[in-house]
Amino acid sequence: MHMAMASDAPGNEFRLGMLIYDTRYRSLTIQVIVLILFGLAVAWLLNNTVQNLEAKGRTFNYGFLWQRAGYDIQQQLIPYTNDSTHFRALLVGLMNTLVVAILGCIGATIVGIIVGVLRLSKNWLVSKLMTIYVEIFRNIPLLLWILFIFVPLGELAPNPTDFRVTEEMQAAGEEPRASMILFDTVAITARGVNAPYPLLERPLGTVDVAGIPFNLSVLAFLAVVGASFYANSLIRRRARAVQEATGVRPVIWWKSLLILFAPAIVFLWALGFHLEVPELTRFNFSGGVLVQNSFIALLIALILYTGAFIAEIVRAGILAVSKGQTEAAFALGLRPNRTMSLIILPQALRVIIPPLISQFLNLTKNTSLGIAVSYLDLRGTLGGITLNQTGRELECMLLMMLIYLIISLIISSLMNIYNRSVRLKER
Amino acid sequence: MSDTHAQTVRFVRDTMLPAATAPVGERGAVKWLRENLFAGPWNSALTILAIFVLYQALSSIIPWLLNSMWNAGSLSECREILAAKGDTSGACWGVIRTRWHQYMFGFYPPDLYWRPLLAFGLLFIALSPVLYYGSRQAATAIAGAATAFVLLALLGLGEGAGRLAVVGGVLLALTALAWVAPKKLVWVTALYAPVCFLLLWGGSVWSPVVALLGFGLIVAAYIWGQGVLGTVGSVGAGIVLAVLFWIYIDVPLAIALSAVVPIGLQPVASNEFGGFLLAIIIGVTAISFSLPLGILLALGRQSNLFIVKTLSVGFIEFIRGVPLITLLFTASLLLQYFLPPGTNFDIILRVIILVTFFAAAYLAEVIRGGLAALPRGQYEAADALGLDYWQAQRLIILPQALKISIPGIVSTFIGLFKDTTLVSFVGLMDPLRGVTQIVRADLDWKGIYWEPYVFVGALFFVMCYGMSQYSQYLERKLRTDHR
Repeated sequence: MHMAMASDAPGNEFRLGMLIYDTRYRSLTIQVIVLILFGLAVAWLLNNTVQNLEAKGRTFNYGFLWQRAGYDIQQQLIPYTNDSTHFRALLVGLMNTLVVAILGCIGATIVGIIVGVLRLSKNWLVSKLMTIYVEIFRNIPLLLWILFIFVPLGELAPNPTDFRVTEEMQAAGEEPRASMILFDTVAITARGVNAPYPLLERPLGTVDVAGIPFNLSVLAFLAVVGASFYANSLIRRRARAVQEATGVRPVIWWKSLLILFAPAIVFLWALGFHLEVPELTRFNFSGGVLVQNSFIALLIALILYTGAFIAEIVRAGILAVSKGQTEAAFALGLRPNRTMSLIILPQALRVIIPPLISQFLNLTKNTSLGIAVSYLDLRGTLGGITLNQTGRELECMLLMMLIYLIISLIISSLMNIYNRSVRLKER
Repeated sequence: MSDTHAQTVRFVRDTMLPAATAPVGERGAVKWLRENLFAGPWNSALTILAIFVLYQALSSIIPWLLNSMWNAGSLSECREILAAKGDTSGACWGVIRTRWHQYMFGFYPPDLYWRPLLAFGLLFIALSPVLYYGSRQAATAIAGAATAFVLLALLGLGEGAGRLAVVGGVLLALTALAWVAPKKLVWVTALYAPVCFLLLWGGSVWSPVVALLGFGLIVAAYIWGQGVLGTVGSVGAGIVLAVLFWIYIDVPLAIALSAVVPIGLQPVASNEFGGFLLAIIIGVTAISFSLPLGILLALGRQSNLFIVKTLSVGFIEFIRGVPLITLLFTASLLLQYFLPPGTNFDIILRVIILVTFFAAAYLAEVIRGGLAALPRGQYEAADALGLDYWQAQRLIILPQALKISIPGIVSTFIGLFKDTTLVSFVGLMDPLRGVTQIVRADLDWKGIYWEPYVFVGALFFVMCYGMSQYSQYLERKLRTDHR
């Protein structure tokens, strides 16, 4: 009642000054001003761009994407020749970016968890070694690590011919200058790493969807593995139900092992799975798969660099769970490994997940440093050779930023969904 | 009674025994080893594995370091000397010895090295009031150390007595000022940017002076206009005046003044900058500009104003969603499209602007975390005191929010400093890739791998590790809760 009178008191007539001094209108005024300024800025930039394009006699269109690319890409996960279009090159580059990003995230997580846990180990030597690793990798630029691995790999590693044993050398009892590692299956050379390649004797063939071939054998294998996991979860659920009902948990580990591995092994055996090992021919290795040195350098550097950051996140997460939780678990009679898996990890995960997401994002964006080792990822194809060949800087750069932005948004939204599922349910 | 007692109890000890020494396994080095290295089979296995790894690493690194060879003009010469001594491996630091000036200054003219050195010394004097405001000891110690460092470096370069006297005089005067009135050093901080610009790029003395006049206009408008227009109005008017001044009057006035009174330093072009000089210029400038911008963005993202909030979120998410390399390429390739036809400004400046935006977006997220972590009561208390928005932010909210975010802010700065190496991809000569490429292209040093990278990496490590240690000091100093 009184409040209403108080606000009526100054009178209702509108004065210009009220736009700034009356809190009811001020926020509106500020927002309108900001909007006008923003609109002016955008208009200015667009106007400049249009004028500049006109001055250079250029247009803004993406037609060039359907022209012949005319350059080769060493590492291609989908079929590509230099007769393919620029758009196809973009897709190949995108796949190359994604494969480094995904393998990098998996590897960095594994390294990070191991190092983070070992840093908390009671073992003095191990925890100090891990501290040194973390500090060294966190305080030195990623670019240095990429070059540090790549340059010697390209220039110090032996040539394929160094692996050859000639008859004179045999007669003299000499060893070749270089030899393969891992039971003579992997050869590290200056041209790349020759590694075994999985092959099937009776493959299921491929099916083309929108120009991208899908390997049916791989899809079927994934389906078998997925079904095994589902069956395993059913077994575990039944075991838990029995435990709830009777208090005795049935022994299921051998069932789990069987159901997880037997179908996959039988499936691979049925398709005639074998590894094709690279063989030394006259001047080079044949068979197997040639992994680019640039790919290896980029991947290892990303894993080690991001792993150091993740290790710190994991350590902080475990330390964030208060000691009372561990003590309470021990008081309940839980064994240490059950305490870790049932009490500490679920709580630590909540602290770990959000910064982990931003590390995954960083790693994905850092794959663009492949430029330093000429790795043809999205930036190397679309933002590199395609840009230089067509001279369409504006189109290429904008499209590239858009794709990176979409990848980032997808990762962060996926991880946010996961984060929400493990978050503390507050009531 | 006593008889029977004496017979049943044959012996009663009436003195304390001295404490026995602990068993061998429970004291000294053995105990430490048992607890810290060999507690259980799993732990022992880890220790043995760690020792094995350590041995593998050190057995190749230590001989390489111990056989370091500093006096060699080329790689082949170094290898010959090492072979003559009978060593199989050894570091050839000769490459650093002959090329250190490029690692430090790029292609900056060697007879002008005193200018970046003086700017570097002044940087610390300008920083001291920021890092340790009002502390006489700290300010004097920093200024004295900077003076000593610059003078020693100039002596090492073999500069003439006249130049030594000028540089030494300036620095010693500032050291004296730090002792007499440490708070007055803020003026050094305020004037550092134009002075540093003049020292590094050279050219007419009038361009920075005239540019400074624009800021003078803002201050003047604030002082005289405050009564009439209020704080926001007067500052806004000042900014409008200053921008008009910079657009229309600045350049002609500077040209006219330098035609009348031509004083200045020998100009140095941007493409001559390189090495750690470039990394530090980009790093320090971007750090000092990204912090205020990041704070504004964070406040914008937390704001109630829908449009301000949307624009802030859009900016932050866009910048954080794309790699820094694409932003740097934007600086080198795309800005020519977005700016009025015919504008062409310095590539270092363009890169600094984009790196600043990049760091500001990350800082905004860090500071937003700090803002969100403050209890709501703090905001309500500020409202209850009748403080307006900016007063509340300045006096209540930001001091606490920034304190919480220190670790995140510093790690963003460290990340920014490491990211300065990426400028090599737009043709600038950063110490890591730019300079090393030039060095390795030299026939004398063709085939050198580890030494340049180890050297650059060690310098980066020292600087970044130093920053993280300072942040931990700051955290301890500002901690007010009782833990």
